Amino acid sequence: MERYDVAVIGGGMVGTAIGYGCAERGARVAVLDEGDVALRASRGNFGLVWGQSKGDGMPAYGAWTRLSIALWPALAERASALAGKDVQYRPVGGLTFCLDEAELEARRAFVHRRHNQGHNTVRIVDRRELEQLMLGCPLGPEVVGASYDPTDGHVDPLTLLRGLHAGLRRAGGTHLPGAPVVAIDAAGGAYRIARADGSAVEARRIVVAAGVATTHIAAMVGLDVPVRPVRGQNIVTERLAPILPMPASAIRQTGDGTIQIGVTSEDDGVLETPTTTAALAKMAARAIRVLPPLAAARMVRGWAALRPMTPDGFPAYAESATHPGCFVAVCHSGVTLAAVHAGPMAEAVLSGIMPELAAELHPARFAGNPEITRVQAH
Amino acid sequence: MFRRTEPTDCTILWDGQELPARSGESLAAALLAAGVLAFRETAVSGAARGPLCLMGACFDCLVEADGKPNVQACMVPVTPGLVAAPQHGVRGLPETEDAA
Repeated sequence: MERYDVAVIGGGMVGTAIGYGCAERGARVAVLDEGDVALRASRGNFGLVWGQSKGDGMPAYGAWTRLSIALWPALAERASALAGKDVQYRPVGGLTFCLDEAELEARRAFVHRRHNQGHNTVRIVDRRELEQLMLGCPLGPEVVGASYDPTDGHVDPLTLLRGLHAGLRRAGGTHLPGAPVVAIDAAGGAYRIARADGSAVEARRIVVAAGVATTHIAAMVGLDVPVRPVRGQNIVTERLAPILPMPASAIRQTGDGTIQIGVTSEDDGVLETPTTTAALAKMAARAIRVLPPLAAARMVRGWAALRPMTPDGFPAYAESATHPGCFVAVCHSGVTLAAVHAGPMAEAVLSGIMPELAAELHPARFAGNPEITRVQAH
Repeated sequence: MFRRTEPTDCTILWDGQELPARSGESLAAALLAAGVLAFRETAVSGAARGPLCLMGACFDCLVEADGKPNVQACMVPVTPGLVAAPQHGVRGLPETEDAA
């Protein structure tokens, strides 16, 4: 049986970033993946590299996000080289549009909270400043303002995933798509991971990065990590001449000219990815209020994906107390956090020393513990 | 490259040039039968492109048809006198919000 230093369970954005990071640091890595049938959040990712909205109520998550954004330019350069194609990372700033005074006031209160929790780069801009930021952008008359964070940006998430997979292979890592994991057992100083197709691999360390399947698999290594699926629908239009120079929450123009419109947040627990005309129509209607010329644009495709969501919506990272060397990493912002996953989190998996910010995101907080139990390095 | 199995019964206007066609066939089929292979230049690289799937999925056969940009030629039925032209790169959007 093949024995690896690290087996990552999950070949999406989170698992591949961590696996790539470990392989780049010299570890012998296998990424176990369900393959094309996987309910992969990576495919539904909106492609924002985004701090302005992250960490309200959990400052450690805000700081962890800012660390990732700081590491993003270097990751983008590496991922583009590995993918053989520009990942189109553009840190041009980001917006959350407000379409009436009530939305603007609510956003203003949100921005105040962010400042109080250490995220100082986001601010409210009024209509006039928006027009100066995006000269010539045909904003609809209802756009009264926005929150604006110059450190935000966007990227092509599919090319990023391709680059991370290429990086894993380049560093000697192995991608093993196929069957889900059915059991994990300790075996002679390592762990034996059995899969539904009868195959198995051994590894000294395990990273559970299985998205919406995390709860089930993390339980096999003694970690209690409640995760539920939250569905998001997406729209992409035909390619258009440049019309929106800066990405925004739920609307961005990709590097190839398409407009991507998001995104629902359907919390019904159903592990399926249908689209609904009603939701797509609602998303399109709001996008047209932001950019009225979009009324003439054609939708090319609508699709849905499931995001893994913890009870408080923040990521969860931990090393198992009962199964040393077994880690979990789950979040719904695999693109923004790709740089910390490929960097500090990969180092944590190899060293057993969790970065302080990630340690604050331990899933023990969901067990009703007033004090978060920090996993000690072993 | 392609040979017709049934006779033409009308003409269409492609890029200002009259081409024989058959009512009800797709615009893409009519253009291919007339020897037109490059329907457009891509919005990203400017490379010439023509139909790939001929069934509405690939969006490689985009043309301007009856004044509408980015139309899939494989999904447009030929009508006598149809006016179409290559899609040159990316389309713009009308400035006014009531345009649709």
